[in-house]
Amino acid sequence: MKTHSFPRWFARIAVLLIGLAALPAATGALPIWLRLPEGVSSYSGKVDGLFHLILWITGIIFVIVEFLLLFFLFRYRHREGRRARYTHGNNRLEVVWTIVPAVICVVIALLSRRSWEEIKQRMPKEAMQIEITGEQFAWNIRYAGPDGKLGTADDIVTLNQLHFPVGRPVVATLRSKDVIHSFFLPEFRVKQDAVPGMSTRIWFDSMRVGHWEIACAELCGLGHYRMKGYVTVETPEEYEKWLAEQAEQPAPAAPAGQAASVAQEKQGS
Amino acid sequence: MSTITPGQYAVPEPSVMPAAAEHIPGVHPAPTSFWRKYIFSLDHKVIGKQYLLYALTMLVIGGLLAILVRWQLAWPGKPIVFMGKLFPEGMPNGQMLPEFYNSLFTMHATIMIFFAIMPILIGAFGNFVVPIQIGARDMAFPTLNMLSFWTAVPAAVLIIWSFFVTGGAAQSGWTSYAPLAVIQTTGQTYWLLSLLILGLSSLLTAVNFITTIINMRAPGMTFFRLPLTVWALFITAILLLLALPVLSGALIMMIFDRVLGTTFFLPAGIVVSGQPWKNAGGGQALLWQHLFWFFGHPEVYIMILPAMGITSEILPVFSRKPIFGYRAMAYSMLGIAGLGFIVWGHHMFQSGMNPLLGTTFMISTMVIAVPSAIKTFNWLGTLWGGNIHFTTPMLNAVSFVAMFVIGGLSGIFMASTPVDIFIHDTYFIVGHIHYVLFGGSLFGAFAGLYFWYPKMFGRLMNETWGKIHWVLTFVTFNCVFFPMHFLGMRGMQRRIYDYSQYTHLKGLQPLNQFMTISLFVLGAAQVILVLNFFLSMRRGKPAGANPWRSNTLEWQTSSPPPHENFTGRVPTVYRGPYEYSVPERADDHWPQNEPPKESRFQRDS
Repeated sequence: MKTHSFPRWFARIAVLLIGLAALPAATGALPIWLRLPEGVSSYSGKVDGLFHLILWITGIIFVIVEFLLLFFLFRYRHREGRRARYTHGNNRLEVVWTIVPAVICVVIALLSRRSWEEIKQRMPKEAMQIEITGEQFAWNIRYAGPDGKLGTADDIVTLNQLHFPVGRPVVATLRSKDVIHSFFLPEFRVKQDAVPGMSTRIWFDSMRVGHWEIACAELCGLGHYRMKGYVTVETPEEYEKWLAEQAEQPAPAAPAGQAASVAQEKQGS
Repeated sequence: MSTITPGQYAVPEPSVMPAAAEHIPGVHPAPTSFWRKYIFSLDHKVIGKQYLLYALTMLVIGGLLAILVRWQLAWPGKPIVFMGKLFPEGMPNGQMLPEFYNSLFTMHATIMIFFAIMPILIGAFGNFVVPIQIGARDMAFPTLNMLSFWTAVPAAVLIIWSFFVTGGAAQSGWTSYAPLAVIQTTGQTYWLLSLLILGLSSLLTAVNFITTIINMRAPGMTFFRLPLTVWALFITAILLLLALPVLSGALIMMIFDRVLGTTFFLPAGIVVSGQPWKNAGGGQALLWQHLFWFFGHPEVYIMILPAMGITSEILPVFSRKPIFGYRAMAYSMLGIAGLGFIVWGHHMFQSGMNPLLGTTFMISTMVIAVPSAIKTFNWLGTLWGGNIHFTTPMLNAVSFVAMFVIGGLSGIFMASTPVDIFIHDTYFIVGHIHYVLFGGSLFGAFAGLYFWYPKMFGRLMNETWGKIHWVLTFVTFNCVFFPMHFLGMRGMQRRIYDYSQYTHLKGLQPLNQFMTISLFVLGAAQVILVLNFFLSMRRGKPAGANPWRSNTLEWQTSSPPPHENFTGRVPTVYRGPYEYSVPERADDHWPQNEPPKESRFQRDS
């Protein structure tokens, strides 16, 4: 009787563990810290899709491996008179567990490659061009002025204010004045380091209007934690109106309204 | 043992073999003075113990730094009054400043990686175990070995001292990315010099290990009869030898940038605090990252391979079963070592490196998951059909396997370039590295400590307290580090002093508090280990030569071993290290040096 009940118990635990592994899929029912933040860019779904795919694959492997580990520990625990099986291994098994993980990993790599190319390598045409320059501890964002060209006298520079119209891709050229910063828009699944001496182009867009934040993801000094900016995605009309308002105001001279730091004291003087 | 029985492999003629220890060329005589015996010892066993104390001390310091980091994350800005007296600059009135916070995590990582994990695995266990396991009387270069240790000491002094220099300790992360690290305060120079000195120490050790393992093996100890710990340390030493010079070069270049005004890592046009930086132009910021990670990725394997070796050593002993796939284990470590040199770019997917290059690094990174998978399945295979004894070393070794699986699988997420866009530089990475380095390396180190303690000190550590320590550590470890993956999924950046600034991180404080409280328990549990470690030296149960009924050579000599490791001749090796539960043998272990009783060679002769 006991020998018969054992596999059933085994199966029940397996069902329970697989159920637990399936939880991430049922995101609606989970507390916020078990969910990815909402995704608002047109490629955020691809990043999240890969994340969940890998979560499923690794989740299943995790459950199988840890379950086997616990099962072996229990099943082959020392008891009087037990003698271990004398074996040095099995070449066929070695081949199987070399090839299977290799195939899984290569498939994940191939699936990733396509999205990566789309997000980081291919810049969309007909995009709005801007320049983003990081400095300790603020984001300078440069827009084309009325002449529609970047790098001319009528450019508009804002501090920590990124505005763009909904539905239109933005191509940003990232630079840094001092140290490495990382331009991070969590909800847009955007992250790219801004490196001094380099210009890096990235693109992003938004599928809906709203307010979000820019974070710095690369340690850049004592004010790294508060190197925060604001993203406003609005309708094309609202955006044009905002840009026109900015054109009338003088460009900001220095990061204002931030706590004192050596950097800013010197800049203000 | 009085008659020499020729084994399967050629054994030197008795006349060639030295009769007694003192006649062996190159073996130093037993010291008599206190200084030569305990302080400036040439004996690899004493040096191993010195490294052990060194590493455990630094482990405690690194752990205390982690507690301060986590305090700030659980209760941002809440003062710790007594800390204000110790660090009046960094924590005025006990309230932590952001620059001090940056120092804390920088120094926590630096101390744990370079001054705790590496010395305990390579310096302590490597030094103590390798020569005895291969049947040697000492390392190939005993004086060099002593110098290695005494080079590591000033490095540790320097890194601790840097806390008290103007501006505090280094605060640009353990990765010290340029140009931030170039423009930092004086503490950064201390950091660079300390690692440069420590790197020299590790290089000397690496040369010593490689020479010892190639040249000093006992008769019959072929490469494929080496215990897997020796294999692991052999490959680790090769990695150290090839990777460390690159780090040292980069460190020297950064010291030059800071002190002599060179511009290896400083491109033109750098403006710091509104002023053009005094010397900039011609350099590249990303050059540092390429050099650092060319070292840094092999470094990760330098820290995990010895722990893999220890686990591969302990699982067969307590499963009373040969290791499953010995050659697969050795080859997969070689595979890891080789591939480890072509994956460094996966730390730089979002760095501005050409994204096409990112794709190639993604593929090599995915491939390096395979040897780790092979190892995991072979460990499972070792347990399968075993006769498993749940001793403290075994519990820690099994924990290594269980936790390394998590650390390995979470690596697949960041190997995928698009997923890495989101989780790069978040707590997901911090969770991953702690599952590898704490869940992996440190549980491996704990396993090794409980396993070889009786050989080192002649007495066993207390099993009951060992198990209490294990269960508390295992549970609280997971409570501290597993939620880091959740923080990363929310996009919480690493190295961030106050996350309450951000809307996307709202609501994460309770989880952070839970992690910090768990860390308090985790820290407190280590007191048990410290007490067990010191009290067992006097009060522990006498171990005898071979308390675990193990096959490898270190257990075939007394505990602790005599000065020259083996009384009389060095042992002759007749078989592989994991011949447990051999059918038709009453005893379930078969020491490597036990002459085969019914050998056909004997009958022939």
